[in-house]
Amino acid sequence: MSTILQVESLTKKYGGLIAVNDISFTVEHGEILSVIGPNGAGKSTLFKLISSFTRTTSGTVLFKGQRISNLSPHVVARMGVVRTFQETTIFRSMTVRENVVVAHHLRSKASLFGFFFGSSVARADEREFGQSADDIIEFLGLEAISHEVASNLPQGHLRALGMAIGLATNPAILLLDEPFAGMNHDETMRMVASVKRLKEERGVTVLLVEHDMAAVMKISDRIVVINFGQKIAEGSPAEIQANEKVIEAYLGSEDDAIGL
Amino acid sequence: MNLKQIMGVCVFVFIVLIAVPWAIAQSGRWDFYYTLTSVALLSIASAGVWLTFYIGRINIGQGAYALAGGYVSAILVMKADMNFWLTIPLAGLFCALLSVFIGLPILRLRGVYFAMVTLVLTEVMRLAMLALPITNGAKGITSIPLPTELSIFGLTLIPDFSTLENPKLGFYLMAVSLMILCYAVLWRIVNSRLGHLCRSLQQNEELSASIGVNTAYLRVIAYSISSFFGGIAGAMFVAISQSIYPSSFQVTDSVNFMLNCFLGGLGYVFGPMLGTLILYFGWDLLFTAGKYQLLIYSSMIILLILWLPNGILSLGLLNRKKGGT
Repeated sequence: MSTILQVESLTKKYGGLIAVNDISFTVEHGEILSVIGPNGAGKSTLFKLISSFTRTTSGTVLFKGQRISNLSPHVVARMGVVRTFQETTIFRSMTVRENVVVAHHLRSKASLFGFFFGSSVARADEREFGQSADDIIEFLGLEAISHEVASNLPQGHLRALGMAIGLATNPAILLLDEPFAGMNHDETMRMVASVKRLKEERGVTVLLVEHDMAAVMKISDRIVVINFGQKIAEGSPAEIQANEKVIEAYLGSEDDAIGL
Repeated sequence: MNLKQIMGVCVFVFIVLIAVPWAIAQSGRWDFYYTLTSVALLSIASAGVWLTFYIGRINIGQGAYALAGGYVSAILVMKADMNFWLTIPLAGLFCALLSVFIGLPILRLRGVYFAMVTLVLTEVMRLAMLALPITNGAKGITSIPLPTELSIFGLTLIPDFSTLENPKLGFYLMAVSLMILCYAVLWRIVNSRLGHLCRSLQQNEELSASIGVNTAYLRVIAYSISSFFGGIAGAMFVAISQSIYPSSFQVTDSVNFMLNCFLGGLGYVFGPMLGTLILYFGWDLLFTAGKYQLLIYSSMIILLILWLPNGILSLGLLNRKKGGT
């Protein structure tokens, strides 16, 4: 296994508040790594730092040895690091298929002028995007709703669509922001299966941020736990479950009444 | 394009290029030429505004580019003795370039903030034209000659307007042709990948960035195409009125360009064209109402926007839904 993503002493301060404090870890090629932590632990900030949606205070993020922190989000996406969103962020007035087709932007070989004049390269691109979009839609089991307008879809489908949009960019590593939030048990299990297949069938490395413990234990190869902006543990699901610091962070120690 | 759309375009071209001139010749209402030429040119400027709407920005500054385009054309014709027809694309390009510099900082703004800045833009342009030495201040540039002949290799494409028997008809045909060309370009943009990406911007800029779209670049491209339209419309206007003043395009014009888009429908490429036609004629027809003209006019616009938030063209959609097809 080779290292695909390296997070090196990442720090983010908002005024006097230290949201992320000196966090380091690595993501290996082809694994599913989860970052967990109680509410307000700094998960979302960490996520934004890695996907370059926020500037770092100090520290760097390296993708295949190249720095990606503090670049524009679209540049990072072009390198192959693509994120999904916590909120149900999709192109609301497009159909599911249009959403996925438009997300193929990164793969286009023709220029915008080529598309304007309908050059042969552009037409080939369009055909390829259509096919690839249908593949992705099938992969995630969204065929039945592929011509629905996205704003009419229920939560669970929207989350899957968000993942479809991410997949359309053909990422080397996909960053999932709370993929199971607001889902019931069945939906979560289906999503867990999808993410696993993503890794197995498409060879995508996945970094996810989540606080649904049960799902994280099922899905992850390795887990990084953070609390109050600091990394408190790292290891396999079994190791994390047995780690005292983690239990303390989630449940509070015996003599700590306001621990949660 | 399917057969129905091609037929529709053919009918439209036939109406504006042949049926309308014929009807005017029959009725003898020559003054209609001026009105219809104005509508055609204003709808080109509105098409630009519509494109900025398409990337999710409310643009109330198109008047600035129309004014700039007009001055570029007037100055090139008067001072550099350039052929008018050549100044049209140059005016457009000048405005496109100008809008890149203006757009780079202001396109970062969204919603009402962008709208406010563009609103100021028209006024800034008016003051700039008052102050610059080359624009001749408040006196403006007047007695601009009619467009001269345009020929390539001795082949006359457009005759000299001063030798024309009926220059009004000439202007009408030119304006309408330009309008058709602009809307064809706009239609093509919207239906190509460029348009799909613009739509993705309109709906969610963060998500667009996350799928690798260079949002800042795309915004500037769309805005400069928009300003290009404004510039050529302004340049054509100058040729018709044969004069330009700093007050030729004002904030009200900018607001009207935006209203044209609203009224016609933001979801339809041909919305701004219809909106311009209705707004322009509506205002003229209400002339008989005297001092109540503005009151009736504005009330009607408010009611229309409340009743048909998606524009007049969405009426067809309503009917279709009721018809169950």
